Amino acid sequence: MFVKDIIFALSVRSIRLHFLRSVLAALGIVIGVVAIASMGMMGANMTLSVTEELSSMGNILVVRPSGDMPGGGMAGQGSLGGDDEDLISEDQLKDIQRIAGKYGIVYGLYSESDTIEVGDMKRRSTVYGLDPDVIPSILTLSDGACPKSTSSVIVGPSLAERLDLKIGSKIDIGDPDEGSTTTVRVVGIIEERGMSMDLNTDSAIIGNEKLFVGIYGGEGEYGQVNVVLDDINDAETVKTEIEDQLNRKEEEVTVQDSSRMLESITSTLGTLTSFVMAIAGISLLVAAVSIFNVMMMSVTERVREIGILRSIGTQKLEVRKMFIYEAAILGFIGAIIGAIFSIAIGYVVVLAMVGSTEYFFAPASLVYVPCAMATGMVTCILSGLYPAWSASNLDPIEALRAE
Amino acid sequence: MSNSPVVELDTVSKVYHLRSGDVVALDRVSLSIEAGEFVAVMGPSGSGKSTLLNQVGSMDIPTSGDLYIAGKNIGKMADCDLTKMRLDTIGYIFQKFNLIPLLTAFENVEYPYILKNRKRDESGRVRNILEMMGIDSDLALHRPSELSGGQQQRVAIARALINEPKILLCDEPTGNLDTRTGRHIMEILTRLNREGMTVIMVTHDPVIAGYARRTINLVDGRLACS
Repeated sequence: MFVKDIIFALSVRSIRLHFLRSVLAALGIVIGVVAIASMGMMGANMTLSVTEELSSMGNILVVRPSGDMPGGGMAGQGSLGGDDEDLISEDQLKDIQRIAGKYGIVYGLYSESDTIEVGDMKRRSTVYGLDPDVIPSILTLSDGACPKSTSSVIVGPSLAERLDLKIGSKIDIGDPDEGSTTTVRVVGIIEERGMSMDLNTDSAIIGNEKLFVGIYGGEGEYGQVNVVLDDINDAETVKTEIEDQLNRKEEEVTVQDSSRMLESITSTLGTLTSFVMAIAGISLLVAAVSIFNVMMMSVTERVREIGILRSIGTQKLEVRKMFIYEAAILGFIGAIIGAIFSIAIGYVVVLAMVGSTEYFFAPASLVYVPCAMATGMVTCILSGLYPAWSASNLDPIEALRAE
Repeated sequence: MSNSPVVELDTVSKVYHLRSGDVVALDRVSLSIEAGEFVAVMGPSGSGKSTLLNQVGSMDIPTSGDLYIAGKNIGKMADCDLTKMRLDTIGYIFQKFNLIPLLTAFENVEYPYILKNRKRDESGRVRNILEMMGIDSDLALHRPSELSGGQQQRVAIARALINEPKILLCDEPTGNLDTRTGRHIMEILTRLNREGMTVIMVTHDPVIAGYARRTINLVDGRLACS
């Protein structure tokens, strides 16, 4: 083993001579690379799975009264809390139906948060009132049928599970201490739908709008109007048309599509990922100190050798190269081993934190492996710069005197 | 034997600035050594022998005065040019052999060759020089730590000669060897000088100095007699 680049060969031999020390130094880089890569992959996988979930409802537009802007953009639970709140009127709903009707389904949504009672169990839950003709086209049931009468409702799967609701179960809506209650019968269980911006049905009770108005009043005053588009590409057109029509005189409504929510969630996840990666980066900083220490030890131990090399005609630049090669080799070995471990450990981390490895092998996730490798190598080379510089600047006469 | 000076010192001084005050290691030394000479530099310790050798070996430059090596004023040369001069004009032999511990004997000799020619020795020159020094190809595969002092010094001479230098500088070349091995090394140096090599040797041993054809004495950094 005496390759053409003799300086490189000297670096390799020095590493081999101090094998254990070099392995320990490289181990620091391995840990740093694994930490950064797996944290990065975890963030990427979270972002990808949330994006995918949210993109699936990209065809939904939510029209809300201006000034009633829930922060998270979730379906407006309890938005009918007071009469003085802005609501969407029947006329406005008709306008929206006229504009957006040809692009998909338009429906007004009544919603209220209320106490419910099943047997002796009391809970708070969201009660939605919907046009019974619309229910079959926007909700899928896992069991039972859609509510036809004003005394029948369908319930979300989480609520059904918690309160042990089945087809035929009775629910009392309203708090008996505060006034009268209305008893309804469960006729259907809704399929799990997850988080959404139009309707959060998993823990809700959904009934005929007449039932809702019967309990809470406020007919023709909707908390929000949802538009389910047939074609996702119409979103921008419909949004603009609704805004142009309804906000002609003054800002009366706001139209939200999922993109804003997506943006805010991905940006939050991005910040979170950067933060955990920065913490992981601390391990790389520790590795850098360890590499620096090993390199300085190497220089100190080899002062005499450096003196010999310089006295027989080795240029400063070549001495510098010898130590930088040494750091780069340690970094390279550390990065390669780190990359292998990142894939394995990253997989476990993603499985544990995100719950699914569906996107693990996506380019946006795997890209963190080469990024972490490059960071590890650059860190290593940077830590080797000062030792290399100090080695090359040794006075050959002084260096030869060293024992 | 040509008569052009290969080393020429013109009132060369070297002053070390220490915290305790300035130390004059060489004091206005003027001297000329011609090609093919065998010169012994003698003097008590601290007389400036090693300083003189380091100046001639272009490891250091004078504080004042002019020092010409092979016609070049080293006081005006940049570090990389001085390093290049050590690589191809000067062969250096040290008292402690100074072989590179990571390399085998063969590689130690080949190292300056590769630095100069940017390629491995394919002509067999390294092997020939080692054989001339009595190091066979088996021994050449050993690391310096596996060789005796005499063998190490012979490898060091081979390394000094590999790039065909104009001057061979020897700093107490027999200082770490027994008398018999020392004599053998001196015979090699004498033979090289006879073949035309300029040899400048620092020693404090009059017997060793006896091998040289000219002796320079240094006392307190000054030339005593030449």
